[in-house]
Amino acid sequence: MTASADQTYLLARRSVVRTVRQPANVVFPLVFPLLLLAVNSGGLDAATSLPGFPTDSFVAFALAIPFIQGALFATMNAGTDLARDVQTGFLNRLSLTPMRGIVVLLGQLGGVVALGVMQAVVYLTVGLAVGVRLASGPAGVLVLLAFAVLVSLGFGALGAFAALRTGSGEAVQSLFPVFFVFLFISSMNLPRDLIAIDWFRTAATVNPVSYLIEAVRSLIIEGWNAQALALGFGIATAIAVVALALASWALRVRMAR
Amino acid sequence: MRRLAVARAVAWRTLHNVFTNPSLFIPSLAFPLFFFIAFAGGLSRVSDVPGFDYPAGYTAFQFVFVLLQSAAFGGVFTGFGIARDFESGFARRLLLAAPHRSGIVLGYAVAALVRWLVTAAVITAVALLAGMQVGGDGVDLVGLYGLAVLLNGAAVLWAAGVAMRLRSMQAGPIMQMPVFLVLFFAPVYVPLALLEGWIHAVATLNPLTRVLEAGRGFLAGSPTEVAAAFGATVALAALFSVWALRGLRRAERAGA
Repeated sequence: MTASADQTYLLARRSVVRTVRQPANVVFPLVFPLLLLAVNSGGLDAATSLPGFPTDSFVAFALAIPFIQGALFATMNAGTDLARDVQTGFLNRLSLTPMRGIVVLLGQLGGVVALGVMQAVVYLTVGLAVGVRLASGPAGVLVLLAFAVLVSLGFGALGAFAALRTGSGEAVQSLFPVFFVFLFISSMNLPRDLIAIDWFRTAATVNPVSYLIEAVRSLIIEGWNAQALALGFGIATAIAVVALALASWALRVRMAR
Repeated sequence: MRRLAVARAVAWRTLHNVFTNPSLFIPSLAFPLFFFIAFAGGLSRVSDVPGFDYPAGYTAFQFVFVLLQSAAFGGVFTGFGIARDFESGFARRLLLAAPHRSGIVLGYAVAALVRWLVTAAVITAVALLAGMQVGGDGVDLVGLYGLAVLLNGAAVLWAAGVAMRLRSMQAGPIMQMPVFLVLFFAPVYVPLALLEGWIHAVATLNPLTRVLEAGRGFLAGSPTEVAAAFGATVALAALFSVWALRGLRRAERAGA
């Protein structure tokens, strides 16, 4: 194992252990999206009778939401943990070592990605348990998990960027409402063509979160929709690349030796 | 009189903290507005679902939920402040200084009410600007806002009871989660009659369903379930008054 890989592994293990040791960081991101799924799928089941609604099961339609909502929580977790490292001086001590910046970042994000995959497996299991069947079949499960990794990495890097720029856990937490706005002003509850209010439909159309949700949703209720998957993976990749670049830059500034 | 003096001082301090600290005030104002925009805007096609028969339209239908939600969360957010006062040690000095300590609970409740009234005024203005139809007359609207005031009182008393027992900001989720569940296990998106399965059963038993339906009836000008709604909110407020005062006694015994 090269030195960089070894260092990444050690930091990733620390990140995973730290995440697992904080029950609130594991339980809340798992339970809250499922609770919202239960509430929305129960309350909005009648919406499936609208002409043009793509499925007769609102649970299947809404199952995509926890995947993205879980990633938003990942942002908060990654950012808050990294901000704590800044506040406690752990990052300063790391900067005294020959460790490369990108290794620090990838290691920190290891816990977030691990939690993201665990969340995806739980959401999928709950969905299957309540009768949802993936139209894309078993291969769709693998694509869904790959998407969960990508989205967790991207949003986790965004949280890391916020933490490195501000060095404050509270500042990272204050981003939560912003991400929540992106989630709610999207096609999370209705397909975009069924949103009646023009400005809302426009906002949902320009909101990248809509395409992340629609990529997951296409695997669940449509099967293999190349356009939805290309848009979803394309946007998730773009978010991950930009966020990692921003976080790397912020880390260089923070770890100025 | 001394109890009122304590209440006035606690309320003034709490309100001063809230209105001079944007990080405390803005979330309690922004969240209800955001929910109103997301639900009334994004879900307006739900009013086309067969059987949806609310005469004032979907904007008014969601406004009532958001108004009641803001009332409940106005109480919970004030509970966060109580927990912060205990954690910082301020509440200990307050308990030592106050001649009538029940005035402390009353002061927090008054602060929660004033704080929510500001939020309610903004939400109402936004809803009217968005074209919300109001079918009810003045008496009906007094009924709607009266229910919200009672709910605000019940929520702050619940949160105060939790904060005074746990005396830590860690109590936040315990204050917030039950209120969130009770609110969202009511008929939020469609009338009760359109809910099916387990959510219908839960919503039927949920006391907040009566409050929500009565509020929507008031706004549409066709009051319904009025006695049940007021009965439920008064009962909750009375129950949580006992809960909060016993929490205060427990904090006294613990020396805060």
